[in-house]
Parts: sequence; C-alpha cells; structure tokens
Amino acid sequence: MVAGMDLHVNGRNHSVDADPAKPLLLVLREDLDLTGSKHGCGEGQCGACTVLLDGRPVRSCITPVGEVGARPVVTVEGLEREGELHPVQRAFLEETAMQCGYCTAGMIVAAAALLDRESSPGADEIRRALEGNVCRCGAYPRIVAAVERAARVAAEGGRG
Amino acid sequence: MAERIEPERYEFTEPARYRFDLNRRQFLEATGAGVVVLLAARPGPAVFAEGDDEAQEDRISAWLHVAEDGAVTVYTGKVEVGQDIRTSLTQTVADELHVSPAVVKLVMGDTDLTPYDAGTFGSRTTPQMGPQLRRASAAARAVLLGLAAQRWSVDAGTLSLADGRVRDASGRTIGIGELTAGERLVQTIDASVSTMPAERWTVAGAPLEKVAGRDIVTGRHRYTADLRVPGMLIGRVLRAPAFGATLASFDGGAAQALAGVVVVRDGDFAGVAAPDELSANRALALLRTQWTPAPSQPSHRDVFEHLKRTGSGGRPTARGSIEAGLAAADERLEATYATAYIAHVPLEPRAALAQWQDGRLTVWTGTQRPFSVRTELAQAMRVPAEDVRVIVPDTGSGYGGKHTGDAAVEAARLARAAGRPVRVVWTREEEFTWAYFRPAAHIEIRSGARRDGTLTAWEMHNWNSGASALRTPYDVANDVTAFHPSDTPLRQGSYRALAATANTFARESHLDELAARVGMDPLAFRVRNLSDARLRAVLVAAAERFRWNDWSASTGRGIGIACGTEKGGYAATCAEVETDAARGSVRIVRIVQAFECGAIVNPVGLRNQVEGAVVMGLGGALFEAIEFEDGRILNPRLSQYRVPRQSDVPPIETVLLDRKDLPSAGAGETPIITVAPALGNAIFRASGIRLRSLPLVPHGLQAG
Repeated sequence: MVAGMDLHVNGRNHSVDADPAKPLLLVLREDLDLTGSKHGCGEGQCGACTVLLDGRPVRSCITPVGEVGARPVVTVEGLEREGELHPVQRAFLEETAMQCGYCTAGMIVAAAALLDRESSPGADEIRRALEGNVCRCGAYPRIVAAVERAARVAAEGGRG
Repeated sequence: MAERIEPERYEFTEPARYRFDLNRRQFLEATGAGVVVLLAARPGPAVFAEGDDEAQEDRISAWLHVAEDGAVTVYTGKVEVGQDIRTSLTQTVADELHVSPAVVKLVMGDTDLTPYDAGTFGSRTTPQMGPQLRRASAAARAVLLGLAAQRWSVDAGTLSLADGRVRDASGRTIGIGELTAGERLVQTIDASVSTMPAERWTVAGAPLEKVAGRDIVTGRHRYTADLRVPGMLIGRVLRAPAFGATLASFDGGAAQALAGVVVVRDGDFAGVAAPDELSANRALALLRTQWTPAPSQPSHRDVFEHLKRTGSGGRPTARGSIEAGLAAADERLEATYATAYIAHVPLEPRAALAQWQDGRLTVWTGTQRPFSVRTELAQAMRVPAEDVRVIVPDTGSGYGGKHTGDAAVEAARLARAAGRPVRVVWTREEEFTWAYFRPAAHIEIRSGARRDGTLTAWEMHNWNSGASALRTPYDVANDVTAFHPSDTPLRQGSYRALAATANTFARESHLDELAARVGMDPLAFRVRNLSDARLRAVLVAAAERFRWNDWSASTGRGIGIACGTEKGGYAATCAEVETDAARGSVRIVRIVQAFECGAIVNPVGLRNQVEGAVVMGLGGALFEAIEFEDGRILNPRLSQYRVPRQSDVPPIETVLLDRKDLPSAGAGETPIITVAPALGNAIFRASGIRLRSLPLVPHGLQAG
C-alpha cells in the first residue's frame, strides 16, 4: 500500500492510497468512483476498460496504478467539456452505434485516441484501431460509421 | 393467453442451487396520484384492489401514470438489455397518447413497482407488451379527453389531443397534466380497447435517438457492477474445480483473519466478503478446501455420441409416410449435423448487489427475468417473495443468458452473513464456466426429392438442442420431425433464437445438398418448394439485393443462401465467401440479410438488431465453441474463446420489409438463424468442401 499516490485524472489531481499493483481500472472505479470504464475480461482482451494514458489508449484492467506516475489519465467521463459532448460521443448517439452500451465507453475512448492521432482515418484504419474492442451486440458497422462521422464533423469545425 | 415455453429453455426448470434460512416481513406498494391506467392481460374485474396478491399480479400486465405535471410514467416488468425496447416502447406510448417522447419515462423490471412479467425473452416484447402499452395509452387518452370535455362542458368527440395538450374546436387548449390536478382516477382496461393502425403512426415507425443513450456515451449510466451503497462489501464465491465436485473439507480461518473479511460456508456454498476487490480476491485465495471429484464426464470431442446415446422420448410430429415419400424420390439423402456448445459472453458479466434492511431484501441485478429471480431468492433465502425486491438496471446484454439469478442469490447469502450490503460481480472465467451454455445439437436428416425439384420426404431429428424451427417451412407431403432430450454434461439453457439456429443450419445445409443432387440452383429449388408467401418474400428480397442470379463464378469464390422463420419473424441470408484451400482460409466477402417482422416500430433499432444478429451469428457459425473435459471448461477466457471483432465483419446490407398490414413481431432473435447455413453453403460452392458442424472453420478450412 502506498499512501498519497498522486494521480492526474480528467484534468484533476487526486491523492489515492493504493497498492501499486492494483489495476488502474479498479482505482478509477473503487477509489475515484469513475465507473464509466468497465470491467469486461480482466486480461486486456475486450477493451471495455480503455482509458487514455498520456493521450494513448491503454487497457486499464492490466495497467498497474503504480506505473501511471504523473502521466495524465483521461476516461470517458473526461471527454465531455462543460456539458458539451466530444464529437465521438455525439456521433455514437447520432449513429446509434451501441446496443447494450457496455463496450461503448472503451470504444469511444479508443476512437477519440485514433482521431487525435489521425484526423481523417479511412474505414480500414478505424477497424484496425478498434480491433481490440469487443462489441458483443455486434454494432461494429455502426461504430465505424460513427467514427467516420466524428472525423467529418471535426474536420468541419472541431468541437462545436 | 397461455405462454408456450420451449423445451430447450432448460434453465427455467433447473432446481435451485442453494437454499438458505431466513425470516419474513410484509410490504405494501403504493400508486401515485393522477390518471392511472391498469392493463389487464386477461378480462377481469374492472376495479383494481390494492394489496391483492398473485392472482391480481397475474392479470395486470402493465400500468401507466399521467402525473399532474404532465409526465407520463409507464411501468413494465420488461427489461432493457440492449435490444432497445426502452426506446421502442417509449415511441409506442408517445405515439398513441399523442405526447412528446421526451415526457415519457419507463420504469422497467422493478418487482416492487412494475406488474408481474414472465421475463424478457422469446421476442415477445414487441408483439405483446407493445400493443398492451398502446391500449393503455389509448385508454389514458380517452380519460384525458373525457376530463377536458367535462371541464369545458363540451362533447369529447369535438376535442383533440396533440403534443400533450387537449384542444377544442375554438382553439382553446389545456395541458394534460392540468386536467389531472387534484384528481386520482384509476381505470382498468382489457384487450378490447382499440388503437391506431400502423398507417397512422407518427412517432413509432420513425427513428428516435436511443432513450438514455446520452448516459451511455458519457459513462454516466450505472450498470449493476457500477452500483454502490454505503457500507457495501465486495463478495467472491468459491468455485468447485470441476462440475459436480462436492466440498469435502473447508477451512476459512486464514481468510477470516484478514481485516474486515467475512467468510461464509453453507453446504456446498462458500464465499467471502471484503471491503474492496483486492482483499476479497486475497481472502478467496486463502480458503483451504478439499473437493470430492465427480465421476468422469464426456468431453467436447465425444459429446455428440453421448447426446445421441442418452437421448430419450420425443414425440414425432408426422404427416404422410416417409417411406412412401422416399420411394417416390429420384434422389435420396441422409446426413448428420452438429452444433457445439457456445457461450453468450455478455460483455457485462453477471452481477448483483444485495442489501438487507429490516429483514427485507433488495437486489439489483442484471437479469432478463426479475420476477423469477425474486422467486429464486425467496426460495433460496427462505423468505416470502413479498419481502424480496429485484431491480434491474439497464443491463450489459443477455442474449438469453441472463434468465437466472445466480449472482443475486450469492450476493444475498453473503450480505445476510456480513450484515452489510454485498456486491458480487463474476469474473470472465466464472461467466464462461458457471453460467449456462447454448445446448449442443446432434441432428439427423433423411430426405428425398424428384428430379423436377419436388421435395417428397423430410425426416429430421434433433437431439438435445431443442425444437424451435424444427418443423420444415417447405411444402412436403411426407414429413416427420422429433426432438429428443438428452443427458447434457454441461449446464445449458436459452440462447438467442434457441435451437432455431441449429435446426435451420441443418435444414438449409441439407436442402443445398439435395438441390445439388437434383441439379437445381439452390434459390430455385427453395422457391419451388415454398408456398409460405412471407418466407418467399424475404428469400427473394435477399436474392435480388444480392444479385444472386447475376453472380458469375470465379476460382475460390462461392455464394450461399438460406432462409427460415421463427417467432413471427422471417429471415433470409445471402453470403459470398472467398476460400483458399491451401491456406485453409475463409474470408466473407459480403452478406445481404433480409428480414420481415410485420409493421416496423423503430427502424433504427430494428436495423441495429438485424446487423447485430448477423455479427453474433458469424461467431457461432465460424469459430465459437466451448471446449471441455471432465467437468472443466478448457477455454474460459476471451483470449481462448474467440468472439467476432471488427476484422471479422464483412460489408452487411440489410433489407427490411415493412408490412404495415401485419402485427409487429420481435426482431432480437430470428435474424441470427440463417447466417450459418448461408455461409456453409457458400463455402461448399467455393471449395467443394461440405461442412456439417458448427462452428464451420474453428481451425481454418479443412475437408470434412
């Protein structure tokens, strides 16, 4: 147990008492009550726990919190800004790119990371980037359409 | 109306796994003020008596409340597991009541607040709950118009209701909430209330943004696993090393010594509750146990012989004479088909949060059958059902896999021992091992056809997996079908579309072989023997969109077609694949899926369900299989059990036939049934290899 571990999550500083081996996902959910990131498999296979670490998508269920250090963490809760949805969030709603929604947070975070890296990815690039995110309901085609829509909207004027 | 329960819903008749001790308490439920419309599923007394019990519960199927502020709340025992009935039922109510969907709220799957419901399964919400809520809405509208007529002393026939306001001939308007102010009117209606025909729908039948979708994309929606209450502990349950093993010795001392840990042992049940997840895991690992193993059990390799050998009973349905039909045939064919046990793999594993307060138990859990889980809890904990409340938060999918209350019972038992609320969330390994599976099938078919393409004989037997879609939809004068229950080594139960997937796979694969025998095109052969107009329509619609008749063969490419009907829905799939026999690879080039389920309520939701069923169907068709041996699951992880991912999904075109003249049927299940046979038939045409088992290519394309 390390007392007073500093974490930078969604633009805020938190001090957490935790075993450094504790998965980041558990810290987010248990210690910070950020339950948007989901537990799906516990072995980094389904992507439901995806968060941004220093801007890059990681599987928080297999990321020990002790390795996070000072790097910023962004979860699905951190994508919305002052009540305004991130273009990917809005596009997921507009395309109904979800059914039960359990994979959606991880999917949106992974897609947001892709668009940060590549502003207008092709469909194949989107599929590759989201290959590690399982949607058991099978909304894959709509998810690709939503990411394409978000990229288009971003190109036409960013957030807003 | 008596509900037909299919025999392959094995989990419905399972005995309780655990039974514990506890005591009782009474509760009463209250209804709000305003206009309340109660919907009787069967005709009965016109007045609802509060406090009446099961018989009353049995009769009221839904209720609807228009509050003084104009808010409309609908209470239904159905639950939302991703099939988007929260949206489609909202549309239905808004449409019939003539209010904005924004003022309609659905309270779903709460055994204290919603009327009894057998469960959300069998594609019944749209054909049954949809029309019931429509009638309740129509009745509420009539009551509101009556109130306005009274208030203004005019004839109700001169009034109209739109967008939540009643208007009279002079243009005077009043909000529906104002009409109900200060009054509490309760009306019970039955099935005789008339509603708008589909041609006049405005809100229903058109796209609507997913209700509560914003909470999902922002991460705000709380699934069961996300819930917490003050003082809550995290529970973990001890699992046997193999199915059938019994707990011979148990020592929880070391675990109990950890700070804040509670250890429970009650017969074969044992578990721990701890302040956080890591300490719960540690405590579980410290339990010292010895198990008595069960006798040797079949494995996934020899299970099909086992199923056939242990099959018993099964009343055949028959017409004509198979022997005569075979004698009249020019070509005869016998073949055996199999489908593997597969797992639902809902992305949200089973989860429950249980809280005891003054002897009364409240459990939040993701289940498709809240009322039967309440019964399960009452029996296991030995408390009256009225002392148990089950609440179902919108859940991370089910696909037929969440009909039981396993996690709920476990959490309740641990919570009672701990004297604090306990949340149990299954690990993926637990979900893969201790839930139930889609039953494996052994299927045998014997058939005959004349050279002109007329089907003359059809005999089909299904062992273990079930009777859904077992009867052939084709015209055949001589036909025998039978379902034979067997001894299953694995716990098995409902899975999206039940045995219709296995039976349609076998039938449509067999028809393809028979078509080849008589030298006919697979589409032409089917149409030749199909007088069911709705099934023909989807078959032809799929083939036309696919341009089946214009397809030209090229090396390694093949096309396949299949159709089927179940639960009031009609599906057809055309698929094109590319195979490379040397590399053993199969690539799906494209899929066209046609579906018809009467009048479409929510076109976006329907398309989503159809596409989703195709994608899920790909997994079971191509590679999903549970491997097991001696009571152990050998691949209980997502890294070992492959589910469809982005790269597995080909371009999918969906063709939805909107039959406004026909009642709406459910769509969550049936589109899945034709995927596997269309792929198997396409692989045959591409490679010459006929595959008769699902999954078709778990280890790549291999002959026979």
